[in-house]
Amino acid sequence: MHMLRAIYQYRAFILGTIVREFQVKYRNSLLGALWNIINPLAMIVIYTVIFSQLMRAKLPGVDNTFGYSIYLCAGVLTWGLFSEVTTRCLQIFIDNANLIKKLNFPKICLPAIVVGSALLNFTIVFGLFTLFLVVSGNFPGWSFVGLIPVLAIQISFAASLGLSLGILNVFFRDIGQFFGIFIQFWFWLTPIVYPITIIPQSVRWVMDLNPMTSIIASYQNILVSNTWPSWESLWPVTLASIVLGVWCLHLLRTRASEIVDEL
Amino acid sequence: MGTITVKNLGKSYQQYSSRWARLLEWVVPFLGSRHVQKTVLRNIDFELAEGEALGIIGVNGAGKSTLLKLITGIVRPTSGCVQVTGRVAALLELGIGFHPDFTGRQNAYMAGQLLGFSTADIDRLMPEIEAFAEIGQYIDEPVRVYSSGMQMRLAFSVATAHRPDVLIIDEALSVGDAYFQHKSFGRIKAFRKLGTTLLIVSHDKAAIQAVCDRAILLNNGEIALEDTPETVMDYYNALLSARDGVVIEQTRAQTGAVQTRSGTAEVKIISVDLLNATDGVIEQVKVGQLVVLRIKARVLADLDRLVMGYLIKDRLGQPIFGTNTSHLDQTLHQLKQDEELTFNVSFTANLGEGSYSIAVALHESATHVNRNYDWLDQAVVFQVINVEHGHFVGSSWMPPALEISR
Repeated sequence: MHMLRAIYQYRAFILGTIVREFQVKYRNSLLGALWNIINPLAMIVIYTVIFSQLMRAKLPGVDNTFGYSIYLCAGVLTWGLFSEVTTRCLQIFIDNANLIKKLNFPKICLPAIVVGSALLNFTIVFGLFTLFLVVSGNFPGWSFVGLIPVLAIQISFAASLGLSLGILNVFFRDIGQFFGIFIQFWFWLTPIVYPITIIPQSVRWVMDLNPMTSIIASYQNILVSNTWPSWESLWPVTLASIVLGVWCLHLLRTRASEIVDEL
Repeated sequence: MGTITVKNLGKSYQQYSSRWARLLEWVVPFLGSRHVQKTVLRNIDFELAEGEALGIIGVNGAGKSTLLKLITGIVRPTSGCVQVTGRVAALLELGIGFHPDFTGRQNAYMAGQLLGFSTADIDRLMPEIEAFAEIGQYIDEPVRVYSSGMQMRLAFSVATAHRPDVLIIDEALSVGDAYFQHKSFGRIKAFRKLGTTLLIVSHDKAAIQAVCDRAILLNNGEIALEDTPETVMDYYNALLSARDGVVIEQTRAQTGAVQTRSGTAEVKIISVDLLNATDGVIEQVKVGQLVVLRIKARVLADLDRLVMGYLIKDRLGQPIFGTNTSHLDQTLHQLKQDEELTFNVSFTANLGEGSYSIAVALHESATHVNRNYDWLDQAVVFQVINVEHGHFVGSSWMPPALEISR
């Protein structure tokens, strides 16, 4: 509870830092903030034009030229949010070591900044993607609202996972190195680029152990086939993020002094 | 508001022989601990009432910065506790969180937000920050084009824009040009007048003596001495030259003043006297009087070199004048055991009214840090009185010749 109060008290710092991070990225460039749109636009164009027009990739069971492109974007863009939050939370204490060692401020501000900053970037990319869906006549409909709870689950999972590992990373830097490799495998072991149907039924249960499978599948269901996410499949990951979240906040409280000492 | 209470404070760090040892201890805790505690601070006790000013001094590594970090809550204590009431501003490092690509103004906002101010607060304080920093139109240029002095000016202005109940400063005053040093020092003094409690770490003797009521000497993580700034500073000077075989003793004279004596005792000062022109011992000196400082010493061991130095200090312990025989090209060589030495230093006491003391030291070379044989603080205390000249203020007598044309 006092963590929420700390966030509210330091809201100016959190918002200010998010804005500054956003500004600093393309500072000293001629086009400035325009790059924030050009970069994700290029990515969406690559996925849509190349896969739909040049490679003519088709998604089994979906009769739509953009079917595979939308499927791909639904997974890749949201995975981008997930990986940004986790990898930045992982390095959060090391990157801000200087601040932590010299100033007394609530540490909870740091993940709040990461989540806010990642959400801002994601909103731009996803906004452009939504625009593309509307223009190309593929906007799914009401199930689009279903994205919000799924995003919330995903972000809390990403933040609590990243933060837990981030605390351990202060003491054992191997974790940062290892997770960098691990997340690449994780990307390919999640049905993002390929549909889950190409996996043989006999080993499907292995895929279901991956908490990201159900989350990414929910996005794909909403955006490709306008179906509401299957809530029961999201239960395990919700539970996992609550457990991880409680654990990492507990770690943050009890190990805070050791973190400062070690940095 | 604005009190600091430190009770039995201690801090130790865990040292593991390797990262594997830490992993092992974390994973299989029942195998017992695999770390050693490295203590950097122990048994620190002191209290600061509202409006008091305390100076902390000590050699590098004595634990000064750790103590400040504990008091500001950045680092948590291993034992004991710290209680601070009121709003705290800590200048542990100036310019923390500044981003080189943003303008001074943007960075000022950032630094203010980091101190927990809202944007509206900073909007209100901004004109004052700009005026105090005096960096002109640079305020709207990126910080990367700033000189380090300008960065420091801005950082100090932001950190002290709002008067805190407790101000904690770590060596921050030693940067910037002389003008800004005076200005920032003035602001700290003004805060004190308004009731801000001050805790300051500095090697700057003058700064500590000028603002602090009390001082603490930290040595090896413990409070070695807590007394008036002057006494602590004298002891600290003695400590700087402390080597094997050096004895430091402080005796409280009947007047309440504390005399510090330290050295290897290879030479001992026998007597120090202030004499008038007719060899009479005096305690009162008239402004502009010719006096003789006579120092007698006995050599207790054969020595290659000997330098005698003396330092006249005012009642606050600020140096007024000091020199030594090395600077006067009269270093003594090849001294034999049991030799007796007499130094007669005559000078005109061009001093203003007030109380002064003279410290005398015998050492091997130009500074007392190298090899200190005997050092005696407050060897002589005397009063300067003004009977012949018109009224003047200050610690120096500079006879003016006045000419007026109209």
